[in-house]
Amino acid sequence: MEKSATLDKKFQLSEEGLAFVKKEMNRYETKRSAILPCLYRVQKENGGWVSPGAVSYLSQVMDIPEAQINEVLLFYTMYNKRPVGKLHIQVCCNLSCAMNGSRELVDHLCNNFHVKEGEKSTDDMVTISRVECLGACDIAPMAQVNETYIGPLKKETVVDQIKGLLKQD
Amino acid sequence: MEHRLLSEHYYKEGHSSLAGYKSLGGYETLHKVLDKTPEEVVCIVKDSGLRGRGGAGFPTGVKWGFLPNNSEPRYLLCNADEGEPCTFKDRLIMEKAPHQLIEGMLISAWGIKSHKSYIYIRGEYQNCIRIMEKAIRSAYDEGYLGKNVCGRDFHHDMDIYVGAGAYICGEETGMISSLEGKKGQPKLKPPFPAVRGYLDKPTIVNNVETLAAVVVILRDGVEAFRSIGTEKSPGTKFFSVSGCVRTPGNYEVPLAYPLMDLIELAGGLREGRKLKAVIPGGSSAPVLTAKECEKARMDFESLAELGSMLGSGSVIVMDDSCSMVDMLSVIEQFYHHESCGQCTPCREGTGWLSKVVDDILKGQGRIHDLSLIQGIAENMMGKTICALSDAAALPAISFVTKFRDEFEQHIRKTLVQKKEEGLSA
Repeated sequence: MEKSATLDKKFQLSEEGLAFVKKEMNRYETKRSAILPCLYRVQKENGGWVSPGAVSYLSQVMDIPEAQINEVLLFYTMYNKRPVGKLHIQVCCNLSCAMNGSRELVDHLCNNFHVKEGEKSTDDMVTISRVECLGACDIAPMAQVNETYIGPLKKETVVDQIKGLLKQD
Repeated sequence: MEHRLLSEHYYKEGHSSLAGYKSLGGYETLHKVLDKTPEEVVCIVKDSGLRGRGGAGFPTGVKWGFLPNNSEPRYLLCNADEGEPCTFKDRLIMEKAPHQLIEGMLISAWGIKSHKSYIYIRGEYQNCIRIMEKAIRSAYDEGYLGKNVCGRDFHHDMDIYVGAGAYICGEETGMISSLEGKKGQPKLKPPFPAVRGYLDKPTIVNNVETLAAVVVILRDGVEAFRSIGTEKSPGTKFFSVSGCVRTPGNYEVPLAYPLMDLIELAGGLREGRKLKAVIPGGSSAPVLTAKECEKARMDFESLAELGSMLGSGSVIVMDDSCSMVDMLSVIEQFYHHESCGQCTPCREGTGWLSKVVDDILKGQGRIHDLSLIQGIAENMMGKTICALSDAAALPAISFVTKFRDEFEQHIRKTLVQKKEEGLSA
């Protein structure tokens, strides 16, 4: 099978990244438990997503079959299998947030940032997606922007709020 | 009024730091407990009648009693995956009282003779992860973790494991698979984790709130704990109240607290709104009608009598602005998304439920879809490795039976609309 992204093959962890992987491989009772934390690290150093090339690379570094790494990668939703924008805005659309208008917020945000749900904006700045309950219904409707929770969100202010966050980083 | 048993000091400044926690009596219980034998500790927890706060409500002491009587290493695994929709109480505990959780885990570990524990925290809870990491580090620095806990002949190591976004990892065997670095698929029981768990070693999996409650039980004694709540559901419980209420949040009340009073604690309904329905124990629990809510009490038995369950203690309040068809479609989409795919009735059933309900919502429903939903759901129950399939089936059945009129009306209304559109086209 032809491998698509040639660029991926070039992915390498930083020196600190490699030290992290080594440490994680000794942290738990078995090496395999280190796959989840190491995938997070790869994602962080690969601009927010895990590319096929990065999986091959991690497989070599950890000496764990690619299939075992892919099994984890594909099962869990927090690993992005496609590139995401600088801000990954994940709007909760489960019950309490939905009741409080979160689904309308997703449409509103997509329209304002000219981006389709789940896709990266052309300027690479944002990705807006719907996610399941994030366990913060006390601030519904809410979203997770990269690692931070924001809410309760208001239609009138949410676009400016995101623009403010874009300027910050 | 709230009964702040666990959360007595939660809102005091500094309580989340080790020094602050100690200044309010923290870790004193652990010191006392280390004078007791592990068997005594298990006995006290058993006598207290404490029931698991994660969802199933299984008696904690009884679970501990399942451990084999041998010298094999055994693990304590704290379930902080908190994935049940609209539950956010464990987040509160970790953010406000990380050391209460650590102390509870140490007391439990002493009781079950475990030298290694993990806190499995869902990956989205970055703030909790940071707080717990810091708390564990300071507990090591102060001699509460590691070799010779409190200067005694007891060793215990504690670590955090971060999940990566999968509801099913809240199921204890799914969590164990995940901790082993695999996809989080549940395993067939028996053998139960207490016999064969993490790396095939005996493992006890307890929820955050359960472990935090262990501290107050050992501190105040069995009688004091049992004086709160009911005979079969003793103690207090955190309820995450959300949805159509004015002040959504976590409220700690005695078990058997009236549901309507709990809704009032959360600020009550918004101006001019009428109560329509409440899901009392997370989205897997059967829904209660407004009429049923009037007599509902928040304990394991009362809710079971009403045909629902206490579950994780997430109370989802719906007023007359909510469409029940819409709400059920949100629920079924969730379970379809989260099914791990191992068992056919769940993998296929959640997909069908989601599709049929969604069709109704979008105006493509037919009246006999309601019996179709019922039929699919009935065939999903009790047929799979874990309870996710049942969790998807129960709300479906309760929604379409209790709110059948609304479903029928929605179907008819959209049928008429479509006909009219067809005529005008």
